[in-house]
Formats: sequence, structure tokens, C-alpha cells
Amino acid sequence: MNLSPLHLCLLFSSALFCVGLIGALSRGNSILVLLGVELMLNAGNINLIAFWRYGPAPAEGTGVLFVLFAIAIAAAEAAVGLALVIAVHRHQRNIRLQEANRLRG
Amino acid sequence: MSLAFLLIAFLTVATAAVAMALRNLIRSALLLVASWAGIAAFYLWAGAEFVAFAQVLVYVGAISMVVLFAVLLTRPSRDETEVTPASAGRLLPALIAGGAVLGVLAGAIVGSPLRTSAKPPAAFTVRELGLQLMGPHAAALVVIGALLTVALLGAIVIAAPSRPGDREDPR
Repeated sequence: MNLSPLHLCLLFSSALFCVGLIGALSRGNSILVLLGVELMLNAGNINLIAFWRYGPAPAEGTGVLFVLFAIAIAAAEAAVGLALVIAVHRHQRNIRLQEANRLRG
Repeated sequence: MSLAFLLIAFLTVATAAVAMALRNLIRSALLLVASWAGIAAFYLWAGAEFVAFAQVLVYVGAISMVVLFAVLLTRPSRDETEVTPASAGRLLPALIAGGAVLGVLAGAIVGSPLRTSAKPPAAFTVRELGLQLMGPHAAALVVIGALLTVALLGAIVIAAPSRPGDREDPR
């Protein structure tokens, strides 16, 4: 079996995605769940760069621009997510996801 | 395939997996910094230098600090940053789901004949990047700026206590 570099990059990002997925599904701590989501986002970015580098006849710089915008969105997401974690901690004195089941402030 | 790529990929995935399995939150966050640095190294290896620097600035620099602040602000007591490990009732379904996703993805990737270009893309300099951002993608840049502003204001509103005595008043 002859795997091209593109295949290997995609396998790498799939492995990283699944590590993040398992972490986000299995851990009960909301900060770790958020970090798992961040890992999944990074794996998606790796895909974009891999296709920009090895894809057939890519448009000029499209992958790079896409990843830059995705990183900006990820920064906003991390800020809002960690603010939510702090708000949950203020209301119920811990950040275990199993106990964060009320919408009432 | 170069040895550097395999080394970067192995280190990145290994640090991420260990970080997701550890009990100590601070160690998890610091190991994830190593994983994000590995991803930045992958970007450098792939020839996307500016993205690598953005990754270092945003993830290794900023998000890791915000995560560490959140860990310290939400720890249960002063010296305690350990969390309970994943219970078997959650770990087993998570492993099954993650393994199934990995199997499907790897099977699809290996089984699909991806066309690749032999020559690498022309060097994409920072000057061209700036021209692209200010020219065809100027609207997206403005929208991202507005989104970041709104998201950070919203984060402050969510995280700030609504009343001065709120912290001393646990429910």
C-alpha cells in the first residue's frame, strides 16, 4: 500500500480529532471537555493546511486564509467557553458537567 | 515521507492523549500546550509559516493562559487541582464512539484515491497574505473583528458576578 503525504496528514488529523472526541465525551470536568473541543478544531485546521499543501491545483492561499479565520473563531470560542465555566462555578461551586443541569440562573 | 513529519505527528497525538487522560488539570493544560506547539511545528513543516506563528501566538500564548486562569479560578480548594478520573460508565462509550469514528475516518482516507499535486504550491508570502486580507477578504476580516469584540464583551458579561455579594452567596 502506497500512502501519499496527503493521506498521512489526514490520518494524523483524524487521530488528533478522535483523541479530542474521546476526551470531550469521557471527562466530567467542563474545562477538559472544552480542551477536547479545541483539539478537534485544531484537527480540522490541520486538514485545511494539508489540502492547501498537497491538494490538486489549489487556489492561491485559500487554505492559509481559512485557517487564520478559524483560529480567530477558536479564540472567541475559548473565551466564551471559559467564561461559561466560571459562571457555572459561581452558581454551583463546582464545574462537574453532570451537575450542571439547570437553566435557571 | 520525512521523518520529521512522523515525529511531529507522534509527539502531538501522544501529548494530547496523555493530557486527556491525566487527573491533574494543570498538567493536562501544560501538556496540551506541548500538543499545540506540535501542531505549530506541523504548520511550519507544511510551509504555512504565518499560520504557525498565529498558532503559537493564539494557542500556545493566549488560550493556554486563559485555560490556566480558569483552572485556578475554579479549583475546589486552595491546593487541589485533581479531578476525578473518567468513570467507566462514561469512558467505555466514549472509547467505543471515538474508536468507531477513527475507524470510519481511517478507512475512508486509506480507501480513497486522493489526487495530489507533485509540486508544492508557490510560496505564499506575508505580503500576498496581507493583500488578500485587505482586498478580496476585507469584508470577512471586518466581520471577524466584530465577532471577536462581541464575543469578548459577552465573555466579560457572563463571567462577571451580577451582584457584588454574589460570590459569597452560594446556592
